[in-house]
Amino acid sequence: MADTARNVTRQEPKLHKSVTEIIESPDFKRLVSLRWTVSMVLLALLFVTYYGYILLIPYAPDFMKSKIGEVTTMAIPLGIGVIVIAFVLTAVYVVWANSSYDPEVERLKGQLRK
Amino acid sequence: MNSFAQQLLSLAAQAGEYKLGERNNTALSFFFVIVLITLVITYWAAKKTKTSSEFYAAGRSVSAAQNGLALAGDYMSAASFLGISGMVAMKGYDGMIYATGWLVGWPALMFLVAEPLRNLGKFTFADVVAFRLRQTPVRIASAVGGILTVLFYTIAQMVGSGNLIKLMFGIPYLWAEIIVGVVMLAYVLFGGMLATTWVQIIKACLLLAGVTLLTVLVLIKVGSPGDLYAKVVHDYGQKMLEPGALAKNPLEAVSLGLALMLGLLGLPHILMRFYTVPDAKAARKSVLYATGLIGYFYIIIPIVGFGAAVLIPGGQAAIKAIDAGGNMAAPVLALTLGGTPFLGFIAAVAFATILAVVAGLTLAGASAYSHDIYVNVIKKNKATEEEQVKAAKTATIVFGVFAVALGIPFKGQNVAFMVGLAFSIAASANFPALFMSIVWKRFSTQGAVASILVGALLSVGMITLSETVWVGVFGFSSAIVPLKNPCVISMTASFIAGIVVSLLSPDAQAQAKFEDEKLRTYLGVGAE
Repeated sequence: MADTARNVTRQEPKLHKSVTEIIESPDFKRLVSLRWTVSMVLLALLFVTYYGYILLIPYAPDFMKSKIGEVTTMAIPLGIGVIVIAFVLTAVYVVWANSSYDPEVERLKGQLRK
Repeated sequence: MNSFAQQLLSLAAQAGEYKLGERNNTALSFFFVIVLITLVITYWAAKKTKTSSEFYAAGRSVSAAQNGLALAGDYMSAASFLGISGMVAMKGYDGMIYATGWLVGWPALMFLVAEPLRNLGKFTFADVVAFRLRQTPVRIASAVGGILTVLFYTIAQMVGSGNLIKLMFGIPYLWAEIIVGVVMLAYVLFGGMLATTWVQIIKACLLLAGVTLLTVLVLIKVGSPGDLYAKVVHDYGQKMLEPGALAKNPLEAVSLGLALMLGLLGLPHILMRFYTVPDAKAARKSVLYATGLIGYFYIIIPIVGFGAAVLIPGGQAAIKAIDAGGNMAAPVLALTLGGTPFLGFIAAVAFATILAVVAGLTLAGASAYSHDIYVNVIKKNKATEEEQVKAAKTATIVFGVFAVALGIPFKGQNVAFMVGLAFSIAASANFPALFMSIVWKRFSTQGAVASILVGALLSVGMITLSETVWVGVFGFSSAIVPLKNPCVISMTASFIAGIVVSLLSPDAQAQAKFEDEKLRTYLGVGAE
């Protein structure tokens, strides 16, 4: 286990060449870059949601304190909203990964076995 | 549910003579039943736990749904349950800021590290950091970062347990710590990760049921959440529903936010759970389950806190009289609403929570030593299965003793706040190195070590010089570091150290391996 990268090669020595081919294939590169694009877009939305909320507290105190009911302040639904949005963003990633990422991973793995 | 609730409420009326701090036999029996069940599981798990993969990673046999529950169990610690409900009861809205911050780490964990972590690692997050770098220095640095994080986290749990036991069972603080230590060691030593996982699953279900019941009882008593807020405002003023001192200073607010969000991505006991599932797909699904369960928990926990402030006779003053940190709001609310049986149930659940979380933390702390340092550094990866498991068990005992000993000097701190500090160390010491090792080709051995050490030393140093420790523990009159939570500075410094040092000490071999590693990172080829 000292060097796992070497382990992989040792276990599958015959595949080494096609490993390089896969890594250098446009399909694999596209998959990796798509994976990070999706992640980063979702992460950006998460940051905007959460830090937007956190910064509203010092910069827009009156808005946060404004009443939306008899006593209920704006801050309460916004706090709950952050939690709900965080869950929705997680779900979006899972749906994307299950429907788009995984099939492509399987396809590329299939090429490797040839 | 309604008649059951009324039954509980009528029991509350009869419980008038019970005084907190007396030995409570109902609580004790609930507690013993829970401990007994978990020990039976440990016995069953012990028979299945022989190899190191079974000890550390439950043989990679845990399903996504089970792991989701166990992750939620690991995460909904005493800090979340006792700490946030207490903070809401005492300070109002500020407690909700903690609750939101604690959830938003989960999507970030998913987007940035969950799948690569599962594909690249074996037992600990250090496996990933050290994957293509020189093993010895990186393993030692990672183990230092990991153990520091786990220690701070454990202190918070121990403070929670000590207060709870003082309140519930009438046993002295020291004995309480020792009981937690012994039972938790039994789980970990004999049952390993499999027992720890099942203890977490049971505890997560109990905790969710207990908090749901508390919420329902509060709402039956007061009406809608709107009515609850009206009562809070009537008793304590509009301030309770407005953000208060916690996020007044934007830098302070962002610093806490960063620690809560990205600290999750550096928590060794959480990251370790991803090795219990068979593959990256299961890891991904388990994050979604965990996020849903934890989100639900954090949405309803403020109701428990507000309920405690208005329904407990004597309100905030009474809660504060029991524990200065406010941590006992939820158990006392249970006493008010359901009498000693409900108090017993909630206290037993909270105690089980602490036991389970401390077990998970101990396993993570012990594996940082036994897997990263003993097996990989001292034995140069030539340890036999038997030696590995033996080292893990020895490390478990040592860590358990430390956990008990450190529970004592930090009494009286709010546990949610203490855990916030543990997150700050995790976000500064562990997360930057983990993330850069996954995404950045030029990340080098020296860069990793610099990043981990700068993050760890700076965050611990700044916490020591901040108000909480410098004034609160050492008793100096004013703090040297003005920030209560150092994350914004210590995490940034850790990233800068990692980048600058990596650029100054390029590592051609590590860069070459980065390309090979991609197949495993993204396709899971060769993952263990």
